[in-house]
Amino acid sequence: MKIKAVFKKVLISFTTVLCAVLLTFFLLRLTPGSAIDGLARQLAQTNGITLEAAYERVAKMVNYDPREPLHKQLIRYVNELLHGNLGTSMIYQTVTVNEIVAKALPWTVFVLSISLLISFLIGIQLGTRMAWKRNSILEPIVSIYATITSAVPGFIIAILLLVIFAYNLNWFPYNGAYDIDVTPGFNLPFFWSVFKHAFLPILTYVITSVGGWALAMKGSAISVLGEDYVNAAYARGLSDKTIMKNYVRRNALLPLITSLAMNFGFMISGSALIENIFSYPGMGYYIAQASSQRDYTLMQGLLLVTATAVIIANLIADLIYSKLDPRVSIEE
Amino acid sequence: MRYVKELWEEIKVNKKAMIGFVILMFFILMATIGPRVLKLDLTIRFSERYQMPSWKHILGTDFAGRDTFVQLVYGSQEVLSVGILTATFTILLGFFIGALSGLIGKWVDSIIMFITNLFLTIPQFPILIVISTLIKVSNPLVFSLILSLFSWGGLARAIRSQILSLKHSEFIVACKIMNLSTMHIIFKEIMPNIISYIAVNFIFIIQSAVNASVGLMMLGLAPYSPTNWGMMISLAVQNTGGIFNPRAYIYLLSPIVCLALFQLGCIFLANGLDEAFNPRIKSQKGS
Repeated sequence: MKIKAVFKKVLISFTTVLCAVLLTFFLLRLTPGSAIDGLARQLAQTNGITLEAAYERVAKMVNYDPREPLHKQLIRYVNELLHGNLGTSMIYQTVTVNEIVAKALPWTVFVLSISLLISFLIGIQLGTRMAWKRNSILEPIVSIYATITSAVPGFIIAILLLVIFAYNLNWFPYNGAYDIDVTPGFNLPFFWSVFKHAFLPILTYVITSVGGWALAMKGSAISVLGEDYVNAAYARGLSDKTIMKNYVRRNALLPLITSLAMNFGFMISGSALIENIFSYPGMGYYIAQASSQRDYTLMQGLLLVTATAVIIANLIADLIYSKLDPRVSIEE
Repeated sequence: MRYVKELWEEIKVNKKAMIGFVILMFFILMATIGPRVLKLDLTIRFSERYQMPSWKHILGTDFAGRDTFVQLVYGSQEVLSVGILTATFTILLGFFIGALSGLIGKWVDSIIMFITNLFLTIPQFPILIVISTLIKVSNPLVFSLILSLFSWGGLARAIRSQILSLKHSEFIVACKIMNLSTMHIIFKEIMPNIISYIAVNFIFIIQSAVNASVGLMMLGLAPYSPTNWGMMISLAVQNTGGIFNPRAYIYLLSPIVCLALFQLGCIFLANGLDEAFNPRIKSQKGS
């Protein structure tokens, strides 16, 4: 892999992040003046300071001062971002956005990566099998399943799971990431609690995406089956199992790697609804909460972090892909 | 008109497309005729709440004694209008941007594609959430404009690659030699060649737009209509403890079933048409 090509990819991703920063800046600028006025008045009252000083403090909190000219606003915003400061929540005035991100991001990444891994692994198993035995009963079952799950939106599945398994059967808790009576840390009760709370969200993602993976893998594996090296492997008298494992599955996997990143972005997008239904304290949950409370700083901060996460995931997938498949050299 | 007839011929032959077509027709009839026949009455009557289905209330009543079925019918109008408007805007936007990018090429192409990729990478739903708090979503038109603003990316990219492959075909080269305008080339020459592709996408976009709009409604971020399916789901989950209350299950399930059925109809029709028009899939099936 050429250094120059890698550099170019990184540069493009970096520009994309910059654009995301610009976007969130303009979203922040759309914050209604009344929200800022209200906050300033409230601060002036509770802290017994002048309105002028309160405005100053609000500007510091939200990284945005509507009284400044545009370029100064942008400089202020970018400057604070460079210092790693996403601002302070407008509702919980003592909590910074950074703290909320630090609390929420791990849960989202945890649930999404586990779900992605599980559905990917099951999906490629099913897909390979479907490609290998074209006339088995598996094919119509998986096809129908995939159609149904692509028709039923993830949040509907989430609601149904919640109603059935949390409220009616009481097998799983219906909110939070762990019980309040366990101490977070490296202990068994905590892990068990985390597992129980994450189970239904993970199940939702797996149910919605496993069919898509299976179909994608099937398509990819079928095209690999037609390759010369598979025929050559047959001719060499290798066992079916070896061919399936080492020749078909490995090569068919490659194109799916890029889908992983796209899927990650897609899942993050959907997580706002799903986390909200399970009251699971991840990024999506806080975005939805912040928006219903009109917490503008929190919203833009979470949006920026989410967008950056997706962009980085895409970059990583791109780089891994070109590393894994020597036939693809990233050039241009 | 000739094209519509052709489309109909394809739908008639393809079983999947036919099923999808029937389902969608059902919803379209429900949305167009339903509100004319039934009267929406949102007065709260606590004495009549959580009724089971009866002749008077086909699907029973909700937590405030209002007819579930009538709400569902009015909701279908909301949902469908947002879906169809969004799909129209998205197709126009995506087609125009993709066509420009593909036809002009060079640096215009690079810039447009960079912007397109930007829109594709930044997660759509969180942005929609944020925007819907900044812009007051008060009617289907505004709603669908916002939705389409963030869903044209994939289509534009696909249209561009379609056009790139058409660009060097003889009939386009001939048009260029005859000095016909770009607009003429786009709409009179290229459009007919990719219209089936656009038709399939139109349905897919309706599907995802309905999905997104119901989702936003469910979060209570576009609360302009109490009968929208998303709003109904949200009310059923939050207000009534529909989750705890078995008597509210019909109220909770009816918008869910309708939504799923509608989505299924879209997917069947779109997949069926895709099979009918896409020569690559056709040949795969034959072999």
